[in-house]
Amino acid sequence: MAKEYSYYPGCSSQKGASGSNLQRSLNSVLDVLDIKLNDIPDWNCCSASIGYSGGGELPRLALSARNIALSEKHNPGQEIVASCAACWLATRETKERLEHSEAMRSGAEEALKEAHLEISKEMPKVRHMTEVLIEDIGFEGMKEKVVKPLEGIKIAGYVGCQTNRPFGINGESFENPMYLDKMVEAMGAESIPTYEKKVACCGGALAFSEPQKSQALVKGIIEAAYDNGADMIVTPCPVCQMNVEIYQDQINATYGTKFHIPVTYYSTLMAVAYGKNAKEAALDGQVIKAKKLEDIANK
Amino acid sequence: MSNLNNQMVNKYRNDFLKEVEANVEEGDWVKMCMQCGVCAGSCPMGPYWDHPPQEIFMMIRAGKREEVLSSTSMWMCTSCYNCIARCPRELPITHIMHGLAHYGKRLGIAPKNQPTLKFSQKFWENLMTNGRVNELKLGITLYFIDGFVQGIKNALAASGIGLGMFKAKRLDPMEILGGHSVKDKSGLKAMIKKAQEIEEARISGNQ
Repeated sequence: MAKEYSYYPGCSSQKGASGSNLQRSLNSVLDVLDIKLNDIPDWNCCSASIGYSGGGELPRLALSARNIALSEKHNPGQEIVASCAACWLATRETKERLEHSEAMRSGAEEALKEAHLEISKEMPKVRHMTEVLIEDIGFEGMKEKVVKPLEGIKIAGYVGCQTNRPFGINGESFENPMYLDKMVEAMGAESIPTYEKKVACCGGALAFSEPQKSQALVKGIIEAAYDNGADMIVTPCPVCQMNVEIYQDQINATYGTKFHIPVTYYSTLMAVAYGKNAKEAALDGQVIKAKKLEDIANK
Repeated sequence: MSNLNNQMVNKYRNDFLKEVEANVEEGDWVKMCMQCGVCAGSCPMGPYWDHPPQEIFMMIRAGKREEVLSSTSMWMCTSCYNCIARCPRELPITHIMHGLAHYGKRLGIAPKNQPTLKFSQKFWENLMTNGRVNELKLGITLYFIDGFVQGIKNALAASGIGLGMFKAKRLDPMEILGGHSVKDKSGLKAMIKKAQEIEEARISGNQ
Protein backbone atom coordinates (compact mmCIF):
# COMPACT_ATOMS: atom_id res chain seq x y z
CA MET A 1 0.00 0.00 0.00
CA ALA A 2 1.20 3.47 -0.87
CA LYS A 3 2.64 5.64 1.87
CA GLU A 4 0.56 8.82 2.12
CA TYR A 5 1.59 12.30 3.19
CA SER A 6 -0.04 15.72 3.31
CA TYR A 7 1.91 17.71 0.76
CA TYR A 8 2.76 21.41 0.74
CA PRO A 9 3.98 22.07 -2.84
CA GLY A 10 4.87 25.76 -2.54
CA CYS A 11 4.92 28.63 -5.05
CA SER A 12 8.00 27.63 -7.04
CA SER A 13 6.57 24.16 -7.75
CA GLN A 14 3.51 25.43 -9.61
CA LYS A 15 2.96 25.02 -13.34
CA GLY A 16 5.28 27.33 -15.24
CA ALA A 17 7.16 28.40 -12.08
CA SER A 18 10.91 28.37 -11.46
CA GLY A 19 10.96 25.04 -9.62
CA SER A 20 8.29 23.24 -11.65
CA ASN A 21 11.00 20.84 -12.85
CA LEU A 22 11.56 19.74 -9.23
CA GLN A 23 7.89 18.86 -8.91
CA ARG A 24 7.71 17.08 -12.26
CA SER A 25 10.76 14.91 -11.65
CA LEU A 26 9.68 14.23 -8.08
CA ASN A 27 6.29 12.98 -9.26
CA SER A 28 8.09 10.47 -11.50
CA VAL A 29 10.24 9.27 -8.61
CA LEU A 30 7.42 8.98 -6.09
CA ASP A 31 5.41 6.94 -8.56
CA VAL A 32 8.19 4.34 -8.58
CA LEU A 33 8.55 4.40 -4.79
CA ASP A 34 4.79 4.07 -4.23
CA ILE A 35 4.49 7.31 -2.29
CA LYS A 36 1.24 9.24 -2.54
CA LEU A 37 1.13 12.99 -1.88
CA ASN A 38 -2.18 14.60 -0.98
CA ASP A 39 -1.86 18.32 -1.72
CA ILE A 40 -3.02 20.64 1.03
CA PRO A 41 -6.08 22.28 -0.58
CA ASP A 42 -5.78 26.04 -1.11
CA TRP A 43 -2.32 26.26 0.47
CA ASN A 44 -0.69 29.72 0.53
CA CYS A 45 2.84 31.12 0.29
CA CYS A 46 4.93 30.76 3.47
CA SER A 47 6.61 34.16 2.79
CA ALA A 48 9.96 32.29 2.67
CA SER A 49 12.76 33.96 4.67
CA ILE A 50 12.59 37.23 2.82
CA GLY A 51 9.07 38.46 3.62
CA TYR A 52 10.11 39.93 6.98
CA SER A 53 10.21 43.57 5.94
CA GLY A 54 6.48 43.82 5.37
CA GLY A 55 5.51 40.68 7.22
CA GLY A 56 6.72 41.08 10.78
CA GLU A 57 6.45 38.10 13.09
CA LEU A 58 2.82 37.11 13.73
CA PRO A 59 1.52 37.68 10.17
CA ARG A 60 4.29 35.44 8.82
CA LEU A 61 3.53 32.76 11.41
CA ALA A 62 -0.17 33.05 10.53
CA LEU A 63 0.60 32.22 6.90
CA SER A 64 2.18 28.90 7.80
CA ALA A 65 -0.39 28.27 10.53
CA ARG A 66 -3.08 28.48 7.84
CA ASN A 67 -1.32 25.77 5.84
CA ILE A 68 -1.02 23.59 8.94
CA ALA A 69 -4.71 24.14 9.77
CA LEU A 70 -5.78 23.26 6.22
CA SER A 71 -3.63 20.15 6.33
CA GLU A 72 -5.19 19.03 9.61
CA LYS A 73 -8.67 19.68 8.27
CA HIS A 74 -8.36 17.98 4.88
CA ASN A 75 -5.57 15.44 5.40
CA PRO A 76 -6.09 14.42 9.04
CA GLY A 77 -3.53 12.15 10.62
CA GLN A 78 -0.99 12.73 7.88
CA GLU A 79 2.45 14.24 8.31
CA ILE A 80 3.12 17.43 6.35
CA VAL A 81 5.84 17.09 3.73
CA ALA A 82 7.45 19.87 1.68
CA SER A 83 10.02 19.58 -1.08
CA CYS A 84 11.04 23.25 -1.02
CA ALA A 85 13.62 24.13 1.63
CA ALA A 86 11.99 27.47 2.45
CA CYS A 87 8.47 26.00 2.65
CA TRP A 88 9.66 23.26 4.94
CA LEU A 89 11.67 25.63 7.12
CA ALA A 90 8.89 28.22 7.50
CA THR A 91 6.28 25.59 8.32
CA ARG A 92 8.45 23.74 10.81
CA GLU A 93 9.61 26.98 12.41
CA THR A 94 6.01 28.06 12.81
CA LYS A 95 5.06 24.79 14.46
CA GLU A 96 7.94 25.17 16.93
CA ARG A 97 7.32 28.87 17.60
CA LEU A 98 3.64 28.24 18.30
CA GLU A 99 4.56 25.35 20.58
CA HIS A 100 7.06 27.44 22.53
CA SER A 101 5.22 30.75 22.75
CA GLU A 102 1.77 30.99 24.27
CA ALA A 103 1.44 34.59 23.01
CA MET A 104 2.22 33.61 19.42
CA ARG A 105 -0.07 30.62 19.60
CA SER A 106 -3.04 32.59 20.89
CA GLY A 107 -2.36 35.33 18.33
CA ALA A 108 -2.22 32.83 15.49
CA GLU A 109 -5.38 31.13 16.69
CA GLU A 110 -7.24 34.43 16.82
CA ALA A 111 -6.05 35.33 13.31
CA LEU A 112 -6.99 31.88 11.95
CA LYS A 113 -10.55 32.36 13.21
CA GLU A 114 -10.94 35.09 10.59
CA ALA A 115 -10.41 32.38 7.95
CA HIS A 116 -12.64 29.93 9.88
CA LEU A 117 -9.70 27.64 10.59
CA GLU A 118 -8.04 26.18 13.65
CA ILE A 119 -4.93 24.29 14.63
CA SER A 120 -4.92 21.43 17.09
CA LYS A 121 -2.78 21.24 20.21
CA GLU A 122 -0.51 18.62 18.69
CA MET A 123 0.19 19.89 15.20
CA PRO A 124 1.40 17.30 12.67
CA LYS A 125 5.08 16.66 12.15
CA VAL A 126 6.60 18.75 9.33
CA ARG A 127 9.16 16.91 7.21
CA HIS A 128 11.35 17.54 4.19
CA MET A 129 10.97 15.29 1.16
CA THR A 130 14.56 14.06 1.47
CA GLU A 131 13.81 13.09 5.09
CA VAL A 132 10.95 10.95 3.85
CA LEU A 133 13.16 9.29 1.24
CA ILE A 134 16.01 8.66 3.66
CA GLU A 135 14.02 7.65 6.73
CA ASP A 136 10.94 5.96 5.27
CA ILE A 137 12.44 4.43 2.11
CA GLY A 138 16.15 4.28 3.03
CA PHE A 139 19.25 4.35 0.82
CA GLU A 140 18.90 0.62 0.09
CA GLY A 141 15.25 1.05 -0.79
CA MET A 142 16.12 3.91 -3.15
CA LYS A 143 18.89 1.84 -4.72
CA GLU A 144 16.66 -1.20 -5.30
CA LYS A 145 14.60 0.66 -7.89
CA VAL A 146 17.56 1.68 -10.05
CA VAL A 147 17.36 0.24 -13.57
CA LYS A 148 19.86 2.55 -15.27
CA PRO A 149 22.83 3.20 -12.94
CA LEU A 150 24.36 6.62 -13.60
CA GLU A 151 27.79 5.18 -14.30
CA GLY A 152 30.64 7.48 -15.26
CA ILE A 153 29.11 10.70 -13.92
CA LYS A 154 30.89 12.56 -11.14
CA ILE A 155 28.53 14.72 -9.12
CA ALA A 156 29.10 17.48 -6.56
CA GLY A 157 26.31 17.22 -4.01
CA TYR A 158 25.36 20.78 -3.08
CA VAL A 159 23.11 20.60 -0.03
CA GLY A 160 23.01 24.39 0.49
CA CYS A 161 21.66 26.16 3.56
CA GLN A 162 18.04 25.73 4.50
CA THR A 163 17.75 22.00 3.79
CA ASN A 164 20.66 21.65 6.21
CA ARG A 165 20.26 24.37 8.85
CA PRO A 166 18.90 24.88 11.43
CA PHE A 167 17.05 21.54 11.34
CA GLY A 168 18.75 19.34 8.77
CA ILE A 169 18.39 15.61 8.54
CA ASN A 170 18.47 13.68 11.80
CA GLY A 171 21.90 12.23 12.54
CA GLU A 172 23.72 14.33 9.92
CA SER A 173 26.26 17.04 10.73
CA PHE A 174 25.67 20.68 9.78
CA GLU A 175 29.23 21.06 8.52
CA ASN A 176 29.50 17.96 6.35
CA PRO A 177 26.21 16.11 5.84
CA MET A 178 26.63 12.91 3.83
CA TYR A 179 23.11 12.02 2.77
CA LEU A 180 23.13 13.69 -0.64
CA ASP A 181 26.42 11.93 -1.49
CA LYS A 182 24.87 8.65 -0.40
CA MET A 183 21.86 9.31 -2.63
CA VAL A 184 24.22 10.05 -5.54
CA GLU A 185 26.07 6.78 -4.88
CA ALA A 186 22.79 4.87 -4.59
CA MET A 187 21.96 6.01 -8.14
CA GLY A 188 25.27 4.57 -9.37
CA ALA A 189 27.08 7.88 -9.88
CA GLU A 190 30.33 8.99 -8.25
CA SER A 191 29.98 11.41 -5.32
CA ILE A 192 32.42 13.97 -3.90
CA PRO A 193 32.06 13.67 -0.11
CA THR A 194 34.78 16.28 0.46
CA TYR A 195 33.20 18.94 -1.80
CA GLU A 196 34.19 22.12 0.06
CA LYS A 197 31.12 24.18 -0.80
CA LYS A 198 28.58 21.50 0.08
CA VAL A 199 26.80 23.65 2.68
CA ALA A 200 27.88 27.12 1.54
CA CYS A 201 25.35 29.88 0.90
CA CYS A 202 24.36 30.90 -2.66
CA GLY A 203 22.98 34.24 -1.45
CA GLY A 204 19.36 33.11 -1.38
CA ALA A 205 16.98 35.97 -2.10
CA LEU A 206 19.92 38.39 -2.27
CA ALA A 207 20.49 37.00 -5.77
CA PHE A 208 17.69 39.40 -6.71
CA SER A 209 18.48 42.40 -4.52
CA GLU A 210 22.28 42.23 -4.36
CA PRO A 211 23.31 40.21 -7.44
CA GLN A 212 27.03 41.02 -7.28
CA LYS A 213 27.36 39.80 -3.69
CA SER A 214 25.32 36.68 -4.38
CA GLN A 215 27.15 35.86 -7.59
CA ALA A 216 30.50 36.08 -5.78
CA LEU A 217 29.22 33.25 -3.55
CA VAL A 218 27.89 31.23 -6.48
CA LYS A 219 31.24 31.58 -8.23
CA GLY A 220 32.93 29.81 -5.32
CA ILE A 221 30.35 27.03 -5.32
CA ILE A 222 30.87 26.32 -9.03
CA GLU A 223 34.65 26.71 -8.91
CA ALA A 224 34.94 24.11 -6.13
CA ALA A 225 32.79 21.68 -8.15
CA TYR A 226 35.14 22.04 -11.15
CA ASP A 227 38.21 21.75 -8.90
CA ASN A 228 36.89 18.38 -7.72
CA GLY A 229 36.38 17.18 -11.29
CA ALA A 230 32.58 17.27 -11.14
CA ASP A 231 30.55 16.81 -14.33
CA MET A 232 27.52 18.35 -12.70
CA ILE A 233 26.04 19.69 -9.47
CA VAL A 234 22.98 18.26 -7.74
CA THR A 235 20.88 19.96 -5.07
CA PRO A 236 17.62 19.53 -3.16
CA CYS A 237 16.78 23.27 -2.96
CA PRO A 238 14.83 25.32 -5.55
CA VAL A 239 16.65 28.56 -4.70
CA CYS A 240 20.08 26.89 -4.79
CA GLN A 241 19.24 25.23 -8.10
CA MET A 242 18.17 28.46 -9.73
CA ASN A 243 20.93 30.66 -8.33
CA VAL A 244 23.72 28.25 -9.25
CA GLU A 245 22.36 27.40 -12.71
CA ILE A 246 21.00 30.55 -14.32
CA TYR A 247 23.60 33.22 -13.55
CA GLN A 248 26.61 31.38 -15.00
CA ASP A 249 26.73 33.64 -18.09
CA GLN A 250 26.70 36.78 -15.93
CA ILE A 251 29.39 35.33 -13.66
CA ASN A 252 31.49 34.48 -16.72
CA ALA A 253 31.11 38.05 -17.97
CA THR A 254 32.15 39.49 -14.59
CA TYR A 255 35.02 37.18 -13.74
CA GLY A 256 36.26 35.94 -17.13
CA THR A 257 35.43 32.36 -16.14
CA LYS A 258 34.07 29.76 -18.55
CA PHE A 259 31.49 28.09 -16.36
CA HIS A 260 28.95 25.87 -18.03
CA ILE A 261 28.01 23.18 -15.56
CA PRO A 262 24.55 21.61 -15.26
CA VAL A 263 22.76 21.90 -11.92
CA THR A 264 19.91 19.44 -11.39
CA TYR A 265 17.67 18.29 -8.58
CA TYR A 266 18.27 14.97 -6.81
CA SER A 267 14.87 13.96 -8.15
CA THR A 268 16.03 14.44 -11.74
CA LEU A 269 18.95 12.09 -11.07
CA MET A 270 16.69 9.54 -9.47
CA ALA A 271 14.10 9.71 -12.24
CA VAL A 272 16.77 9.01 -14.87
CA ALA A 273 18.22 6.16 -12.81
CA TYR A 274 14.70 4.76 -12.40
CA GLY A 275 14.39 4.50 -16.18
CA LYS A 276 12.11 7.49 -16.76
CA ASN A 277 12.45 9.34 -20.06
CA ALA A 278 14.00 12.79 -20.39
CA LYS A 279 10.68 14.58 -20.14
CA GLU A 280 9.49 12.59 -17.14
CA ALA A 281 12.81 13.39 -15.45
CA ALA A 282 12.19 17.10 -16.31
CA LEU A 283 15.51 17.31 -18.16
CA ASP A 284 13.75 19.76 -20.49
CA GLY A 285 13.64 22.09 -17.47
CA GLN A 286 17.40 22.60 -17.53
CA VAL A 287 18.66 25.99 -18.68
CA ILE A 288 22.09 24.38 -18.91
CA LYS A 289 21.45 20.97 -20.43
CA ALA A 290 22.54 17.91 -18.45
CA LYS A 291 23.94 16.04 -21.48
CA LYS A 292 25.25 13.00 -19.61
CA LEU A 293 21.88 12.42 -17.99
CA GLU A 294 20.09 12.98 -21.30
CA ASP A 295 22.29 10.33 -22.92
CA ILE A 296 21.34 7.79 -20.25
CA ALA A 297 17.65 8.76 -20.34
CA ASN A 298 17.54 8.40 -24.12
CA LYS A 299 19.37 5.06 -24.14
CA MET B 1 10.71 60.31 12.42
CA SER B 2 7.46 58.49 13.06
CA ASN B 3 5.23 59.01 16.07
CA LEU B 4 5.78 55.44 17.12
CA ASN B 5 9.52 56.01 17.13
CA ASN B 6 9.19 59.09 19.35
CA GLN B 7 6.90 57.21 21.70
CA MET B 8 9.39 54.38 21.98
CA VAL B 9 12.28 56.77 22.64
CA ASN B 10 10.30 58.38 25.44
CA LYS B 11 9.21 55.13 26.94
CA TYR B 12 12.49 53.28 27.05
CA ARG B 13 14.87 56.25 27.41
CA ASN B 14 18.28 54.72 27.81
CA ASP B 15 17.22 51.12 28.04
CA PHE B 16 17.46 49.97 24.44
CA LEU B 17 18.01 46.34 25.49
CA LYS B 18 14.66 46.38 27.25
CA GLU B 19 13.02 47.88 24.17
CA VAL B 20 14.50 45.14 21.96
CA GLU B 21 13.44 42.42 24.39
CA ALA B 22 9.87 43.68 24.41
CA ASN B 23 9.39 44.48 20.73
CA VAL B 24 11.79 42.58 18.50
CA GLU B 25 11.27 39.00 17.28
CA GLU B 26 13.30 36.72 19.58
CA GLY B 27 14.80 39.90 21.13
CA ASP B 28 14.85 38.42 24.62
CA TRP B 29 17.81 36.27 23.49
CA VAL B 30 20.13 39.25 22.90
CA LYS B 31 21.47 39.31 26.46
CA MET B 32 22.65 35.71 26.11
CA CYS B 33 25.40 36.64 23.62
CA MET B 34 28.88 36.07 25.07
CA GLN B 35 30.74 37.96 22.32
CA CYS B 36 32.67 35.00 20.95
CA GLY B 37 32.30 36.14 17.33
CA VAL B 38 31.64 32.73 15.78
CA CYS B 39 28.63 34.28 14.02
CA ALA B 40 30.85 36.95 12.46
CA GLY B 41 33.24 34.34 11.12
CA SER B 42 30.38 32.20 9.82
CA CYS B 43 28.47 34.87 7.89
CA PRO B 44 28.71 34.72 4.07
CA MET B 45 28.23 38.49 3.94
CA GLY B 46 31.38 39.06 6.04
CA PRO B 47 33.12 41.18 3.40
CA TYR B 48 30.22 43.62 3.23
CA TRP B 49 28.53 44.51 6.52
CA ASP B 50 29.49 47.30 8.93
CA HIS B 51 28.57 45.28 12.02
CA PRO B 52 28.57 41.52 12.59
CA PRO B 53 25.81 40.08 14.81
CA GLN B 54 27.80 40.01 18.04
CA GLU B 55 28.68 43.67 17.59
CA ILE B 56 25.01 44.51 16.98
CA PHE B 57 24.18 42.69 20.22
CA MET B 58 26.80 44.65 22.18
CA MET B 59 25.61 47.90 20.60
CA ILE B 60 22.10 47.10 21.80
CA ARG B 61 23.39 46.67 25.34
CA ALA B 62 25.37 49.89 24.98
CA GLY B 63 22.18 51.74 24.02
CA LYS B 64 23.28 52.65 20.49
CA ARG B 65 19.67 52.68 19.35
CA GLU B 66 19.85 54.89 16.28
CA GLU B 67 23.01 53.21 14.97
CA VAL B 68 21.55 49.74 15.29
CA LEU B 69 18.08 50.34 13.88
CA SER B 70 19.32 52.39 10.93
CA SER B 71 22.16 49.96 10.11
CA THR B 72 22.23 48.19 6.75
CA SER B 73 23.96 45.18 8.32
CA MET B 74 20.84 43.21 9.31
CA TRP B 75 19.39 43.69 5.83
CA MET B 76 22.34 41.74 4.41
CA CYS B 77 21.21 38.53 6.08
CA THR B 78 20.85 35.78 3.46
CA SER B 79 18.98 33.53 5.95
CA CYS B 80 21.64 30.82 5.59
CA TYR B 81 21.31 29.94 9.30
CA ASN B 82 25.03 29.28 9.65
CA CYS B 83 25.19 31.61 12.68
CA ILE B 84 22.30 29.77 14.34
CA ALA B 85 23.83 26.36 13.68
CA ARG B 86 27.19 27.39 15.14
CA CYS B 87 26.29 29.74 18.02
CA PRO B 88 27.53 28.06 21.23
CA ARG B 89 24.77 29.83 23.17
CA GLU B 90 22.15 28.78 20.60
CA LEU B 91 20.87 32.28 19.95
CA PRO B 92 18.37 32.39 17.05
CA ILE B 93 20.57 35.01 15.39
CA THR B 94 18.95 34.88 11.93
CA HIS B 95 15.54 35.60 13.45
CA ILE B 96 16.88 38.41 15.61
CA MET B 97 18.44 40.02 12.51
CA HIS B 98 15.11 39.81 10.68
CA GLY B 99 13.35 41.12 13.77
CA LEU B 100 15.67 44.11 14.20
CA ALA B 101 15.42 44.94 10.50
CA HIS B 102 11.63 44.81 10.63
CA TYR B 103 11.45 46.85 13.83
CA GLY B 104 13.65 49.59 12.37
CA LYS B 105 11.39 49.72 9.35
CA ARG B 106 8.24 49.78 11.48
CA LEU B 107 9.62 52.81 13.32
CA GLY B 108 10.55 54.54 10.08
CA ILE B 109 14.29 54.67 10.83
CA ALA B 110 15.55 51.81 8.64
CA PRO B 111 18.17 52.77 6.03
CA LYS B 112 16.81 54.40 2.88
CA ASN B 113 17.33 52.70 -0.48
CA GLN B 114 18.69 49.48 0.97
CA PRO B 115 18.11 47.03 -1.90
CA THR B 116 17.10 44.02 0.20
CA LEU B 117 14.72 46.12 2.29
CA LYS B 118 12.96 47.18 -0.90
CA PHE B 119 12.94 43.66 -2.34
CA SER B 120 11.70 42.15 0.91
CA GLN B 121 8.81 44.64 0.99
CA LYS B 122 7.92 43.97 -2.66
CA PHE B 123 8.04 40.22 -2.05
CA TRP B 124 5.55 40.57 0.80
CA GLU B 125 3.21 42.77 -1.28
CA ASN B 126 3.47 40.33 -4.18
CA LEU B 127 2.51 37.29 -2.13
CA MET B 128 -0.28 39.17 -0.35
CA THR B 129 -1.98 40.00 -3.66
CA ASN B 130 -3.02 36.43 -4.45
CA GLY B 131 -1.74 34.47 -1.47
CA ARG B 132 0.94 32.95 -3.68
CA VAL B 133 4.04 34.47 -5.25
CA ASN B 134 3.71 35.63 -8.85
CA GLU B 135 7.28 35.12 -10.04
CA LEU B 136 6.85 37.02 -13.30
CA LYS B 137 5.45 40.13 -11.61
CA LEU B 138 8.07 39.89 -8.87
CA GLY B 139 10.79 39.89 -11.53
CA ILE B 140 9.31 42.87 -13.32
CA THR B 141 8.87 44.76 -10.03
CA LEU B 142 12.49 44.07 -9.24
CA TYR B 143 13.77 45.48 -12.52
CA PHE B 144 11.80 48.70 -12.04
CA ILE B 145 12.61 49.12 -8.35
CA ASP B 146 14.97 52.02 -9.13
CA GLY B 147 12.75 53.77 -11.64
CA PHE B 148 11.69 53.38 -15.25
CA VAL B 149 14.91 54.07 -17.16
CA GLN B 150 17.01 51.86 -14.93
CA GLY B 151 14.23 49.29 -15.17
CA ILE B 152 14.49 49.05 -18.95
CA LYS B 153 18.28 48.67 -18.63
CA ASN B 154 17.89 45.99 -15.98
CA ALA B 155 15.27 44.10 -17.99
CA LEU B 156 17.46 44.12 -21.09
CA ALA B 157 20.53 43.00 -19.12
CA ALA B 158 18.53 40.08 -17.70
CA SER B 159 16.67 39.19 -20.88
CA GLY B 160 18.98 36.24 -21.60
CA ILE B 161 18.18 34.76 -18.20
CA GLY B 162 14.44 35.27 -18.70
CA LEU B 163 14.58 33.68 -22.12
CA GLY B 164 16.47 30.67 -20.77
CA MET B 165 13.88 30.19 -18.03
CA PHE B 166 11.03 30.64 -20.54
CA LYS B 167 12.49 27.99 -22.85
CA ALA B 168 12.84 25.63 -19.89
CA LYS B 169 9.13 26.26 -19.09
CA ARG B 170 10.09 27.80 -15.77
CA LEU B 171 8.81 31.31 -16.49
CA ASP B 172 5.23 31.75 -17.65
CA PRO B 173 4.39 35.01 -19.50
CA MET B 174 0.69 34.36 -18.82
CA GLU B 175 1.32 35.09 -15.14
CA ILE B 176 0.98 38.75 -16.11
CA LEU B 177 -2.79 38.17 -16.36
CA GLY B 178 -3.08 37.31 -12.69
CA GLY B 179 -1.44 33.94 -12.28
CA HIS B 180 -1.70 31.39 -9.52
CA SER B 181 -3.85 32.25 -6.55
CA VAL B 182 -5.46 30.86 -3.41
CA LYS B 183 -9.23 30.49 -3.63
CA ASP B 184 -10.07 31.96 -0.25
CA LYS B 185 -8.34 35.30 -0.76
CA SER B 186 -10.78 37.17 1.48
CA GLY B 187 -10.24 34.72 4.35
CA LEU B 188 -6.48 34.92 3.95
CA LYS B 189 -6.52 38.72 3.90
CA ALA B 190 -8.81 38.93 6.91
CA MET B 191 -6.48 36.58 8.78
CA ILE B 192 -3.40 38.66 7.97
CA LYS B 193 -5.18 41.89 8.87
CA LYS B 194 -6.07 40.44 12.26
CA ALA B 195 -2.50 39.22 12.81
CA GLN B 196 -1.19 42.69 11.95
CA GLU B 197 -3.65 44.31 14.36
CA ILE B 198 -2.60 41.99 17.18
CA GLU B 199 1.07 42.69 16.52
CA GLU B 200 0.52 46.46 16.37
CA ALA B 201 -1.49 46.40 19.58
CA ARG B 202 1.22 44.39 21.31
CA ILE B 203 3.94 46.83 20.31
CA SER B 204 1.98 50.03 20.96
CA GLY B 205 0.66 48.47 24.17
CA ASN B 206 4.26 48.31 25.31
CA GLN B 207 4.52 52.09 25.08
